[in-house]
Amino acid sequence: MTPVTIEQVRKRAEADAQTYGYYLVPDPDLLQGLLEGLKINEDRYGYPSCPCRLASGNFDYDRDIICPCDYRDPDVAEFGACYCRLYVSKDVYEGKVPLPTVPERRPLEKQSRAFAPPAEAKPAAVEEKEEFVKVGPKLWYCKQCGYVVFRDDPPYVCPVCKAKREMFAQIKMRIDFLG
Amino acid sequence: MKAMQFSKVKGDKNQHKVVVYALSTCVWCKMTKQYLKDNGVEYEYIDVDLLNEEDKQKIRQEIQNKSGSLSYPTTIIDNKVVVTGFRKDLLKEALGI
Repeated sequence: MTPVTIEQVRKRAEADAQTYGYYLVPDPDLLQGLLEGLKINEDRYGYPSCPCRLASGNFDYDRDIICPCDYRDPDVAEFGACYCRLYVSKDVYEGKVPLPTVPERRPLEKQSRAFAPPAEAKPAAVEEKEEFVKVGPKLWYCKQCGYVVFRDDPPYVCPVCKAKREMFAQIKMRIDFLG
Repeated sequence: MKAMQFSKVKGDKNQHKVVVYALSTCVWCKMTKQYLKDNGVEYEYIDVDLLNEEDKQKIRQEIQNKSGSLSYPTTIIDNKVVVTGFRKDLLKEALGI
């Protein structure tokens, strides 16, 4: 995997802001710092988790804090910016209202369970790998919205709900000929 | 295994014990450290994301016990005043700078 560049991280954030009607924080130093943090996390964990939150490195536990995080929409709606303040509202972008401080909306249990997982609550690992089809097109489903697609690899983003590629899982198929 | 270590930053204003719990990736944590440094405040900090799992766990517990939440940066002054996030106003008031 080639490491992601700051420019790629920036472009991705810009595109996402545009798609969803947000703006990136106008202060260039702040923006640069946030993008750098995202890049470090992507290099470190394989996904751009929030630079201002402690990730566990376990995808299933960090899923809600992968940028844009699950809390961005309610935070921008309520405060005018997301938790790390990468994404801001139009009013904040235009300087009509100052950059707000945004309290952590992520429930404490979400962070805690990533670090002290009770043995039985561990996320179900992909079990029985052998049963997955290895070559040729396969069925993939989006864990976020349920969209299903039949192709060699999962799409980069879900065309329905815009979830990232990591959200796709293969549907296990087994055909028994003997009743 | 190396013991977990707080990094110390020297400053003339050393009448308070200032501890910053930070993330190395977090721009607001960097700004907090810079602000303290620029104002000559002596402080120590730890970048929690760079610790090993065992120390991470310990430090998380420590932050949670002291502040009741788990946000970065968390700045603790004299073991009693807790400042969550980069809040110039609150740091200024607590440190008299």
